[in-house]
Amino acid sequence: MPSTGRRGFLKGSLSALGGGTLLAASSGKSVFAKSPPEIKVEDWNTYLGDAVVTNPYGVPSEHEAHVVRRNVEWLTASQESSVSFTPLHELEGFITPNGLCFERHHSGAAHIEPSAHRLMINGLVDNPLIFTMEDLKRFPRVNRFAFLECAANSGMEWRGAQLNGCQFTHGMVHCVQYTGVPLKYLLEEAGVKTNAKWLMPEGADSAGMNRSVPLEKALEDCIVAYKMNGEALRPEQGYPLRLVVPGWEGNMWVKWLRRIEVGDQPWHTREETSKYTDLMEDGSSRRFTWIMDAKSIVTNPSPQAPLLHKGHNILSGLAWSGRGKIRRVDVTLDGGKNWRTAELSGPVLDKCLTRFYLPFQWSGDPMLIQSRAIDETGYIQPTKKELRQVRGLNSIYHNNGIQTWHVMKNGETENVEIS
Amino acid sequence: MLKFPKLSALCVLFISLGTTASADKLGIGRAALPEEIAIWNIDVRPDGQGLPMGSGTVTEGESVFTEKCASCHGEFGEGNGRWPVLAGGQGTLKSNNPVKTIGSYWPYLSTLFDYIQRAMPFGEAQTLTVDETYSLVAYLLYLNDLMDDDGTLSDENFTDFRLPNEVNFRMDPRPDVATVSQQEPCMKNCKSDVKILGRARSLDVTPETED
Repeated sequence: MPSTGRRGFLKGSLSALGGGTLLAASSGKSVFAKSPPEIKVEDWNTYLGDAVVTNPYGVPSEHEAHVVRRNVEWLTASQESSVSFTPLHELEGFITPNGLCFERHHSGAAHIEPSAHRLMINGLVDNPLIFTMEDLKRFPRVNRFAFLECAANSGMEWRGAQLNGCQFTHGMVHCVQYTGVPLKYLLEEAGVKTNAKWLMPEGADSAGMNRSVPLEKALEDCIVAYKMNGEALRPEQGYPLRLVVPGWEGNMWVKWLRRIEVGDQPWHTREETSKYTDLMEDGSSRRFTWIMDAKSIVTNPSPQAPLLHKGHNILSGLAWSGRGKIRRVDVTLDGGKNWRTAELSGPVLDKCLTRFYLPFQWSGDPMLIQSRAIDETGYIQPTKKELRQVRGLNSIYHNNGIQTWHVMKNGETENVEIS
Repeated sequence: MLKFPKLSALCVLFISLGTTASADKLGIGRAALPEEIAIWNIDVRPDGQGLPMGSGTVTEGESVFTEKCASCHGEFGEGNGRWPVLAGGQGTLKSNNPVKTIGSYWPYLSTLFDYIQRAMPFGEAQTLTVDETYSLVAYLLYLNDLMDDDGTLSDENFTDFRLPNEVNFRMDPRPDVATVSQQEPCMKNCKSDVKILGRARSLDVTPETED
């Protein structure tokens, strides 16, 4: 329990939030009042626990069985070309555990024998090359953290509040540390010709996912990655090899990467014409909308994580930007009338999820909670209304509009749209 | 003749790479053989690069489509259930319910060939012959009123066909909303009244959460 001194300090520091009389901390639900004695000798105080390597590969506590990826069956025609969602409301910090990283496949998660896997570089190069996985691990390697966000994250919310939970509205994002070879080293090894301007990475799954990536981006910061969070990529994340394209839409991060063709113009593949193009109100479409703009979400409280206690609480959330580092996150509890700047906690890294906190007092009155990210380029996360004014309702992708949670009197929390 | 351009290619690359790259190759990997490249190098571009030699007719396409595609995409490309609609939708892109098909939305015919050849039929990718793929593309042009029923498509005439929506694609203009340099965000007394306009609960389409 925090000392009363600390509570007093926080209460005082938060009174600027306004919105009526703050509840005294002591009037919140108290575990000491009328509770039966809780302290006793439990089984696990007396018996031996599991021996070492009971779980050679450790798994979460059975009490955390609810912390899982989930899908929304009605979203797609097949569960092989579909998506699952990261349980953001259960996570803290900025690293996503490998087993909880959302999935997006177009022909299911391929299972690849790594000794049979090859990466080919061909096209406008002096020497078309083939690499084995062992070859790739002999190149100089780098480690970097990066968020991966599906272009369609929050896409179901373009027309209004639809799915009730940040796992579903914002869970097509994850953030891990990748280890791999800077793509530029592989291109150097093959010798890129002077007229080369574009690359076409291609997957080894039966979707043969292919996209066009400008050469400048490849040379700047793309990585051919074989590890995530220190261990091999998970099959559903592209084992044994995937492309990392920091800050850019997840579709371009080709999984099960088997080939990179070098060319002088884009390919206009299915995933950059029929899909991942953004239809505007006037019937025109934007193509090559690669960057994921600054965005944020309050993960607690949220519909899957209601408020349980009056008095002192911690608001927790995530912010990120494909344009660089997060500079600041503002939070409102009154639907945007008044804002306070949250604390960024932990490392603030380039093109990476960033954790923010705001302690607050809850009186029990309804609240309308929003967060607003600002990145180092000065980009301000817009409201959904502002986005709709520019783009209309049918662009599907790149919805980075501000999310509103309505906390009701009983602490239940709902996804809403407000004026 | 080739030596000088190659050298300048390397120079340009290494200048753009800055300090970390060494000009010396590491000698890792092996040459990709032409016959190996041919197996994977099946991509097709709008200018026709990558098109294999072959041809197919609308009539042939109809029978291939009926046998291998119609169970998901419908007999006329109308889409069964939630499976993708392939034909129709012309004139709907500005509407409340845009129907984005090959005929109404796709900018390039090459994309259709490339995608069918690499990824369709769903679950049986790369089982179609080159001629079957040409015939399917021809049939889909026919279903979208872009080819007559006696039409033939081949590597010879492929690039003669243009899809109607090609002209309506634009490069990404973002950022398309205000930045700090234009407008500092409001912090105090930003609104007088706030109303709830829509609620996810009224739709009730979220999967049940386990308690």
